[in-house]
Amino acid sequence: MTVNPSGWRPSAPANEQGEGVTATGNRALMLEEPLLFEIGSIDQTGVDFAKVPAFESRIGDLARNRPIGLPGLSEPETVRHYTRLSRQNYAIDLGLFPLGSCTMKHNPRLNEKVARMPGFADVHPLQPQETVQGALQVIDELAHWLLELTGMHSIAMSPKAGAHGELCGLLCIRAALEARGDVRQVVLVPESAHGTNPATAAFAGYAVENIPANAAGRVDLDALKSRLGPDVAAVMITNPNTCGLFEPDMKTISDAVHAAGAFVYCDGANFNAIVGKVRPGDLGIDAMHINLHKTFSTPHGGGGPGSGPVVLSEALAPFGPLPFVTRSSEGGFKLVEEENAGEDHPHAFGRMVAFHGQMGMFTRALTYILSHGADGLKQVAEDAVLNANYILRSLGDVLDAPFAKSGPCMHEAIFSDRGFAEGISTLDLAKALIDEGFHPMTMYFPLVVHGAMLVEPTETESKASLDEFIMALRSVAERAKAGDQTLKASPVYAPRRRLDETLAARKPVLTYREVAPAEAAE
Amino acid sequence: MRYLPLSQADRGEMLRVTGAGSIDDLFRDVPDELRLKDPIAGLPMHASEMAVERHMGALSRQNMVAGDVPFFLGCGAYKHHIPASVDHIIQRGEFLTSYTPYQPEIAQGTLQMMFEFQTQVARLFGCEVANASMYDGSTAMWEAILMAHRITRRNKTVVSSGVHPHYVSVATTMAKFTGDQLDTAVPTLDATSDTERLLAKIDGETSAVVVQYPDILGRITDLTPIADAAHAAGALLIAVVTEPVALGMIRSPGEMGADIVVGEGQSIGVGLQFGGPYVGLFACREKHVRQMPGRLAGETVDAEGKRGFVLTLSTREQHIRREKATSNICTSSVLCALAFTAHLTLLGEKGLRQLASLNHARACEVARRLSAIPGVELVNETFFNEFTVQLPVEARPAVHAMVAKDILGGVSLGRLYPGADALERGLVIAVTETVSDEDIAALESALKEVVR
Repeated sequence: MTVNPSGWRPSAPANEQGEGVTATGNRALMLEEPLLFEIGSIDQTGVDFAKVPAFESRIGDLARNRPIGLPGLSEPETVRHYTRLSRQNYAIDLGLFPLGSCTMKHNPRLNEKVARMPGFADVHPLQPQETVQGALQVIDELAHWLLELTGMHSIAMSPKAGAHGELCGLLCIRAALEARGDVRQVVLVPESAHGTNPATAAFAGYAVENIPANAAGRVDLDALKSRLGPDVAAVMITNPNTCGLFEPDMKTISDAVHAAGAFVYCDGANFNAIVGKVRPGDLGIDAMHINLHKTFSTPHGGGGPGSGPVVLSEALAPFGPLPFVTRSSEGGFKLVEEENAGEDHPHAFGRMVAFHGQMGMFTRALTYILSHGADGLKQVAEDAVLNANYILRSLGDVLDAPFAKSGPCMHEAIFSDRGFAEGISTLDLAKALIDEGFHPMTMYFPLVVHGAMLVEPTETESKASLDEFIMALRSVAERAKAGDQTLKASPVYAPRRRLDETLAARKPVLTYREVAPAEAAE
Repeated sequence: MRYLPLSQADRGEMLRVTGAGSIDDLFRDVPDELRLKDPIAGLPMHASEMAVERHMGALSRQNMVAGDVPFFLGCGAYKHHIPASVDHIIQRGEFLTSYTPYQPEIAQGTLQMMFEFQTQVARLFGCEVANASMYDGSTAMWEAILMAHRITRRNKTVVSSGVHPHYVSVATTMAKFTGDQLDTAVPTLDATSDTERLLAKIDGETSAVVVQYPDILGRITDLTPIADAAHAAGALLIAVVTEPVALGMIRSPGEMGADIVVGEGQSIGVGLQFGGPYVGLFACREKHVRQMPGRLAGETVDAEGKRGFVLTLSTREQHIRREKATSNICTSSVLCALAFTAHLTLLGEKGLRQLASLNHARACEVARRLSAIPGVELVNETFFNEFTVQLPVEARPAVHAMVAKDILGGVSLGRLYPGADALERGLVIAVTETVSDEDIAALESALKEVVR
């Protein structure tokens, strides 16, 4: 035990930093929470059931004959367990969440309320269609908005997230090529693309080739043009791109790709920057997924569920997946599935998911869209872009912004680690931001910028919130440039210090295992 | 606009800092002729919370709500009572509005929950490890087929006729593009599933056999002989579980030798929601974990030696391995996984067993009463909470006729297998703890009328 200079003794032992150590490991409101398996019991339950009537079992001879090992908790214990866990998370509800390319905007609570209306939440996917006309109308109304906002020809609503939407788009492209007897093997992907792009192209059976970026952070048009040929099925482009820049030559790129007989896939992850300002359909794009969990505010929930509807050009429209919603000739709405696709939709490439897509996300996204309207959505893009440029220009004197000289950014600002003192990294700066009360930005992505820091504030931040973030980022950037070694120890105030990821990967512990009696005795 | 905090004064001041003359100046990289000058014509302008709620409420009321009528639908989505605290927990802003836990120091809540979820799923399925969720059961099944393909380096998969037809449809769609060969079949209205067919099809080129447990008609099949035959041929057994509550009562697929067990977790904690979002479950043997798709939370320690959790084995994943990743999946279904794990924590083993018994007891009661109706025959020898009856008339119009009486009386096989004439009189009926005595009486009398 250490004694502080005044001679006062703490009531409990101190750690190496001299901070008081409590008997429980808790620190006031910061409460440690054991694993469910350490506090629950297989005899405990938080649910009461009616008495089970006598029955003659029909399960055959496959009855469970040994314990499963699922501990239970009473309701108060359950609520406390998850509430305590929740408090170890950062969230948009707590503060600015500037993860680039993730569009962490405010999640309106009206969306949650609407999604829980019984007519949406308590409806079975296989109910007869006459009993779900309101649900089908939601899908149709949302589809109409998404088509108007993108200026595209048709839409596939069923993909479950962005990467699933990418897959849908590439399968449409592949089906369209195969329908004209044109087998192609290669998909071109810019080196700055999200990892899902090359992974999706491989998943859809294509070889992937990279195309480089130019010094201004855009697709190298000449390199792209020279690679186009009869073996190229598609080019996957993100616009605005992952450097936060609009591709001004997009139309030229699309024309060149089309002239070579290939298709243009656009990763719509960054649609928030241009919603209501530019229509992808006017840029010559053939397919683009829309992350409802980014641009249209459905919550990320710690990693999903998302939703990734895909808008399609006229050339790809016939090849979209089943099922889809149409207006029926008798009035009302019709779900076109395997059974009734028939002759009207002979080229539909098939089913991607068991039912009809992420209905719970459709209700939320439509609620969001109706709240904003055409005027509000345009304002969303403008404020998102303004906020990002405000950050970019407010920090230009302290952080290297590799593309700032060429003009404004779109909805995200990118910085590099240039000028940091020897031994101080982007990771150190990010972890220091945690101590300042912020979630760090996207780090080390895109790969084309050294030590990249990609900052996307979104439009739902106030100027005061941006100013505080700028002040914090300025402070840690100055420390990084000055070589402040205390950055290496950050975060200090988070629920955990830096975690050993190497150990986790080298000796994976992926499930809880009870300590064997022999080990426990040691 | 209530979601946009910037005032006009803020905008002006901030524009000055950016050095741009106007907002449009910030969009100067967009060629002028492509830039929209005004809000898109023909679309409504912004609306108050009250107006939007009114519009959406009107649409909601145009659907028949499962909880308002006698309800007997299953086939991959089940209506169970969800404790109120589950919805409260998933609406905690720290869970609802957080991102994938890339910064573990400030995401221990999500990471520990994922670790607990993985453990629960692995134990329920009788497997060694599980991942932190997939999109849904159908996509999990296709990923399992691909995983088996990577492990065995073979591409022929035999699919039981008892697998949900939508799941088969997803796999068939995907296999067209990957060149995987799927041997599929349509079920027959027999008391037992197609084990004989599967055993006959397995050979030295088989990568995997896929079996649903309980199957689409509700039948429960011993997987042990299929696992043995698959293993003898160097193939894997993939089991698909669409109603995990059943595993509170019947043996897990892992115990019977399944190598990969996937499933739909909707029935625990996640509502019907017209088909999504749901949560895919995915479990396997520890030795195959590096071929597994999806996120994994793993235990480790922090710089002070305290236990903590991180996303691990990321070298399987797209953001590291790009085109060499095991899957392209990124966002999965973590909030639904939270609903699943919170509900299962409330149940515990004791509650899950009670819930399963209650479901089975009520299903037995309904099966007994319906099969007493002249002309209605119970197909199954075994079932859990879902079984198939053969009607003396086509089932599809019978379902619509019951809707006219405000009863959602089951899923017709005509809807699931369009064009399969031999199945058109089949009706699949699911019975959970939410079904009341009055509901049963209503179904019984309605069915009597429609088969007359």
